[in-house]
Amino acid sequence: MTSTADNLQVATRLDADVLVIGGGPAGTWAAITAAAQGAKVILADKGFCGTSGATAPSGTGVWYVPPDPGLRAKAMNSRWDMGGRLADPVWMRRVLDQTYSNVNLLSEWGHPFPQAADGTQIRTSLDGPDYMRLMRKRVKAAGVRILDHSPVLELLRDGSGAVAGAVGLRRQRGDLWQVQAGAVVIATGGCAFLSKALGCNVLTGDGYLMAAELGAELSGMEFSSAYAMAMEHGSVTKTRFYDWAEFTYADGSPIPGAASKGGRTAIARTLSAGKGVFARLNADAETQIAMRHAQPNFFVPLDRSGINPFTDRFPVTLRLEATVRGTGGLRLLDESCATSVPGLYAAGDAATRELICGAFTGGGSHNAAWAMSSGAWAGSGAAQFARGQRGRAAQLYRAGGVGIREGKGARIDAAGLTHAVREIVLPYENTYQRHGARLEASLSTLDGLWASARSADEASRDEALRTREGLAMLATARWMYRSALARTESRGMHKREDFPQADEAQRHHIISGGLDEVWTTPAPVAGPALEVLAA
Amino acid sequence: MIEVISAARCTGCNICVQVCPTNVFAAVKGGIPVIARQDDCQTCYMCEVWCPDDALYVAPNADGTEGITEPELEAQGRFGSYRRSVGWAKGGRVAPAPQIMSRLRG
Repeated sequence: MTSTADNLQVATRLDADVLVIGGGPAGTWAAITAAAQGAKVILADKGFCGTSGATAPSGTGVWYVPPDPGLRAKAMNSRWDMGGRLADPVWMRRVLDQTYSNVNLLSEWGHPFPQAADGTQIRTSLDGPDYMRLMRKRVKAAGVRILDHSPVLELLRDGSGAVAGAVGLRRQRGDLWQVQAGAVVIATGGCAFLSKALGCNVLTGDGYLMAAELGAELSGMEFSSAYAMAMEHGSVTKTRFYDWAEFTYADGSPIPGAASKGGRTAIARTLSAGKGVFARLNADAETQIAMRHAQPNFFVPLDRSGINPFTDRFPVTLRLEATVRGTGGLRLLDESCATSVPGLYAAGDAATRELICGAFTGGGSHNAAWAMSSGAWAGSGAAQFARGQRGRAAQLYRAGGVGIREGKGARIDAAGLTHAVREIVLPYENTYQRHGARLEASLSTLDGLWASARSADEASRDEALRTREGLAMLATARWMYRSALARTESRGMHKREDFPQADEAQRHHIISGGLDEVWTTPAPVAGPALEVLAA
Repeated sequence: MIEVISAARCTGCNICVQVCPTNVFAAVKGGIPVIARQDDCQTCYMCEVWCPDDALYVAPNADGTEGITEPELEAQGRFGSYRRSVGWAKGGRVAPAPQIMSRLRG
């Protein structure tokens, strides 16, 4: 069934060479890079470009390694085995190069990097609020038009199937915008299922859904089992400082095997048994001072709760970060970060990070490097593609489906749908510690939810965004679990109780896709199996 | 969650309405903004960081409200403490000696 965009009641119609969807690090780098190549660029953010997403409220490491062959080789090998050898050394090298050059640009632009004892700048970490405020400023200076509070509801395509723009909501005005564009960059982040992990509630998998509606594929969606530690009821997920923690039950006795790294399973099991997990950070006075300065946002919520984390035992919890910290996402076909849909590019957490991380990501440093590198490449690729599209007289067709088209059924109850998806996805025993039987049971419920949503009538304007978010989370969960079921081994962050060992025959990627019928298929890895990587 | 907009401190600039990534606030004609969609607050503290008047308070509980009041916050000096901690207030964020900071590396 085709539907043209002619009948949409659109309040604002705009044209661009490149439309960037998402205003976090990947989207802002994409916009700046595309504009630098002469493209007319519009950036649409669901929230506010400068505060939206996982980076702005936090501090993050960056995979910033000087171009010294020894240092680079060490950097590449450090996560090679942990990632199940699914990464691609070619992509690791180009991310290291691109990140080095982007971070040096940030210094030129005035990012307040801290200084080392010898007076040189330490460029291996970024303060999120400063970084993203600076990126907003640079996006505007590049001549990019920013649409804040403008979530996309669906993509548009031309008669050939190439992407041709998007339609979205101006949510503070309650009307619609439409951008016709020569190319589109999906930089909408991953999906954390509204878990309230810091900054993650705008990340509901929207980009996966809209890209999949045009036929884009995903990769590595089984690597979606990341949880981050936070103070109980807190949102600040700064897992690294729990390296200093000792974990106990409420009575102060140690939890056997519990650790932030390599002992997360014991913590997850204790929490899912309904028993509290308590942490206390053991750090000397000078380290405490350094920690407070390096990550002030870790301490403010604790201070406000009257907790001294170095002397008090305080309850902790795990918040789902799924594909935000996991490595699954849209599959990339080439070095320009193109998807399989002509004109559609993907970057940051919305794109698969397996290319540099394989099956595992720990801290943010690779993620930050990936966002800025893939953002720059996607912006450049989109600008080049759009040059060939100028002057195309396109009839625009709506690519969106479920929830925003007329249907015979009742409208989707967005809150109910979201609740049902979260009931399945949030528990550790479904997403963190996996088992074939539980994956099958989860999929049976999730597939049923999709089947009943399929015939729903178009959501009201007020409910359109929540409806699409609920459907995006539902679709994401189905790709996650279908991929997890297909990988009958444990590798990286993907842990199967029924297949606890890695299986060398499964050192491949799992590609997934589809909406009504979710499918998976293996694809070969590019990297070498055994040798140590040389820079 | 966001709990308090101080009427005494707020100048009605509506920056919070603009910067909140989850659209929690609503502007009010001729007045100061209101917390219109508290349940949507993700406790990211960005409104506090961007508020130039230190008029907002986000309680650390992301799962429910605490009911803390403006006089309590004033008495405890909590308004603006997040903005000060990240160095966005006057005076910036003074770094300890590099030797101390180096304890986190390695």
